Amino acid sequence: MKLLYFAWLKTKTGVAEEDLTPPPEVTTVAELLTWLRGRGPGHAEALADLTALKVAVNQEYAHPDDPVRPGDEIALFPPVTGG
Amino acid sequence: MIRVQEEDFDLGAELAKLTAGNMKVGGLAVFVGLVRDMAGDQAIGAMTLEHYPGMTEKMLARIEAEAKERWPLEASLIIHRVGRLEPGDQIVLVAAASAHRQAAFDACQFLIDWLKTKAPFWKLEESGEGAQWVDARDSDTAATKRWATPKKGTAE
Repeated sequence: MKLLYFAWLKTKTGVAEEDLTPPPEVTTVAELLTWLRGRGPGHAEALADLTALKVAVNQEYAHPDDPVRPGDEIALFPPVTGG
Repeated sequence: MIRVQEEDFDLGAELAKLTAGNMKVGGLAVFVGLVRDMAGDQAIGAMTLEHYPGMTEKMLARIEAEAKERWPLEASLIIHRVGRLEPGDQIVLVAAASAHRQAAFDACQFLIDWLKTKAPFWKLEESGEGAQWVDARDSDTAATKRWATPKKGTAE
């Protein structure tokens, strides 16, 4: 599974991109975020407030209950501020 | 048509090209976003636009397709710049052309409202106190909600 981090998510986690293999019981976006928090203090801080977070699965906006699968591209980012 | 690029764009040339040869166009509405030199009471020296390559283009194309479905457009254009920009620089151009002005005005406003809340761009502002990621504005979300029901796939 490819994880991408943008804006302050990238700053706080200290990574822009990482290839991870979560345990098989991680099957949804919400479960993935909980598991990611345990990866270290940077991830824990970046993912502390889930209301400030957007998730895209394979470049589509996703909800907490949406499934995640091996091989997916998962992006984590704050609310967008373009334009 | 959509474009994401680091380079600046020539506003006049882009608009001329957009409607060239199409005599059905009676109105062309345009919005251009520029970099301000202030954020609140803080002077801004520069900003950097980051985006999510791939998803950005996908979302912009979808926003444009949605506008074309809602209004009878003859042409439309979205150009968004990325990378480092300075006060006064152009950031974004959205344009909508139609037979009559109302559709052009409405579609233009729709394009920028949806872009601001759905397209994955983020602004990093540089001031005397360092660099800071810009927070999303509630007023932008409210502006998007005016246009009601997003179709499947464009919800945030």
